[in-house]
Amino acid sequence: MTDGAATVTLEGVTIAYGAQTALRDVTASFARGAVGLLGPNGAGKSTMIKALLGFLVPAAGRMRVLDLDVVSSPLEIRARVGYMPESDAHIPGMNAVSFVAYCGELAGLPRVDAMQRAHEVLFYVGLGEARYRNVETYSTGMKQRIKLAQALVHDPDLLFLDEPTNGMDPKGREEMLELIRDLAHNKGVNLILSSHVLPDVEFTCDEVIVLDKGKVAAQGPIQTLKQPRGQLYELRVKSAGEARQFFEHLQAAGLDCHTTDEDVVRVFVPGAEGARDIFRMAAAERVQVRHLRPSVPSLEDVFAHAVGEE
Amino acid sequence: MPIHDQGYRRYGGGKLPRGRAWTVIAGAGLRGLMRKRAFLALLLVSWFQFVVRAVQLYVAANFPQAAVLAPTADTFRDFLDRQDVFVFIVSVYVGAGLIANDRRANALQIYLSKPLTRVEYVCGKMAILAALLLLITWVPAIALLVLQVLFAGNFSFLQANAYLFPAITVFSILEVAMVSSAVLALSSLSSSGRFVGILYAALIFFTDALFGVLTVVTGTTGPSWIAFSKDLAQVGDAIFRVRLRYATPWALSLAMVLLLVAISWIVLERRVRPVEVVA
Repeated sequence: MTDGAATVTLEGVTIAYGAQTALRDVTASFARGAVGLLGPNGAGKSTMIKALLGFLVPAAGRMRVLDLDVVSSPLEIRARVGYMPESDAHIPGMNAVSFVAYCGELAGLPRVDAMQRAHEVLFYVGLGEARYRNVETYSTGMKQRIKLAQALVHDPDLLFLDEPTNGMDPKGREEMLELIRDLAHNKGVNLILSSHVLPDVEFTCDEVIVLDKGKVAAQGPIQTLKQPRGQLYELRVKSAGEARQFFEHLQAAGLDCHTTDEDVVRVFVPGAEGARDIFRMAAAERVQVRHLRPSVPSLEDVFAHAVGEE
Repeated sequence: MPIHDQGYRRYGGGKLPRGRAWTVIAGAGLRGLMRKRAFLALLLVSWFQFVVRAVQLYVAANFPQAAVLAPTADTFRDFLDRQDVFVFIVSVYVGAGLIANDRRANALQIYLSKPLTRVEYVCGKMAILAALLLLITWVPAIALLVLQVLFAGNFSFLQANAYLFPAITVFSILEVAMVSSAVLALSSLSSSGRFVGILYAALIFFTDALFGVLTVVTGTTGPSWIAFSKDLAQVGDAIFRVRLRYATPWALSLAMVLLLVAISWIVLERRVRPVEVVA
């Protein structure tokens, strides 16, 4: 397979919608297993997946999926991948089992096998009891599940999941993430999960590629990216006014920091000095530090660092 | 695999060779329609003229005093002409939603994420409409030809009109190609089947009305090329070797029919895409 164990590789890929460039000279490699494609809305995640399916033609660069060139072998690729689109999508006028079996037939399964697989896959995604209902009567969560079922029915080697938990309630979301995790870790299906929800990616994936403004901002195993090249601290100061002032001062000093929902500032201090640097700066600014403790970096920190969020 | 694990299993069976997806689309579409009683009733009604013509052929073959009913080439031309109303109804009923409904449900990205080309998708959709239109034009017309031979007990009529079989076939194919291409192209322009039906009806009636106005103004049927239904009728007359009904050269009418088919395919090429790019 290309690039050792890579399922997908992109080399200098640029994709534009008219004058709007969605992906700029992207070079990336997706390892086997579960890889998260992370980025804020409009970062180019869906565009990348659509390009890998051959839906969009790149202005420049080369893409390979499962060791096949996307431009010259789109049908061979589509026979071996499953795609769960972001938007609501189904074949009108069909019940779930007919819809999934139909998708299996379109992917090349014989009719009897397609019907058998449809039943199996619908039970797997938790729609066994509702499989004879018309898909148009399904709730949002059920529609997400049926999109996963149609992507799985022909047993793909690689799954593209575009925002699979969109619109789902917490319980449904949890179940969907369990399914995705099970597929990747227990059933041997490679998958690329596109999401802007960090916990979803962290729960299901081993590696991540962070996209921002059409460029790769970071990529690699999540655990490696979370390894600190310094120390991360949670910091709380006396008042909100001081916090704002000190936050600006930390940023001016070149430190990566961002606020959380609880008025806590997370500060990344490179090098070995760590807390001493923060206390030194607080003393210089006459800011009273009320709380300071080392913290374990989360994927959120990696993401914030990669895309330069505050 | 542990016995309790009834979850996802890898597929160990074979896959069919590529290039057959259009038959899957056509088959599913036809099966879906055959489950609708209203559509079956429509098909039944569309065969009513066949029954009447069959009786006519039987009477002409068995009762010498009914020689006035004896079939000619005109009989078959006239039969196909009268079936046009059902061609229109079936086209609107079946064809209007073929792609429009898929656009409404975002189904194109599902279809085209499978190993099938856009041409296969369009061919599958077209096969649904074409099969049904042939079922109400070519099939009954050929069946009438066969009945004529059976009732007469000889091949003399068929021998004298040897061109009828190819004429029925060529005209039916031309009509089906024109109608199904135009309806599918319109269907790809909207996500509402109802709107597409109205648009198709407007296209037919508006061009017919325009022809009527131009005929009154110019005093000749020469501008019939402007109406697609008239073009088809004119080409049909030429194929069946009967007197042309309009002053337009049949080659011009044929060119208009082919132009409509070509434009329809260009529209389909531009509109049937998994991703709509608005630059």
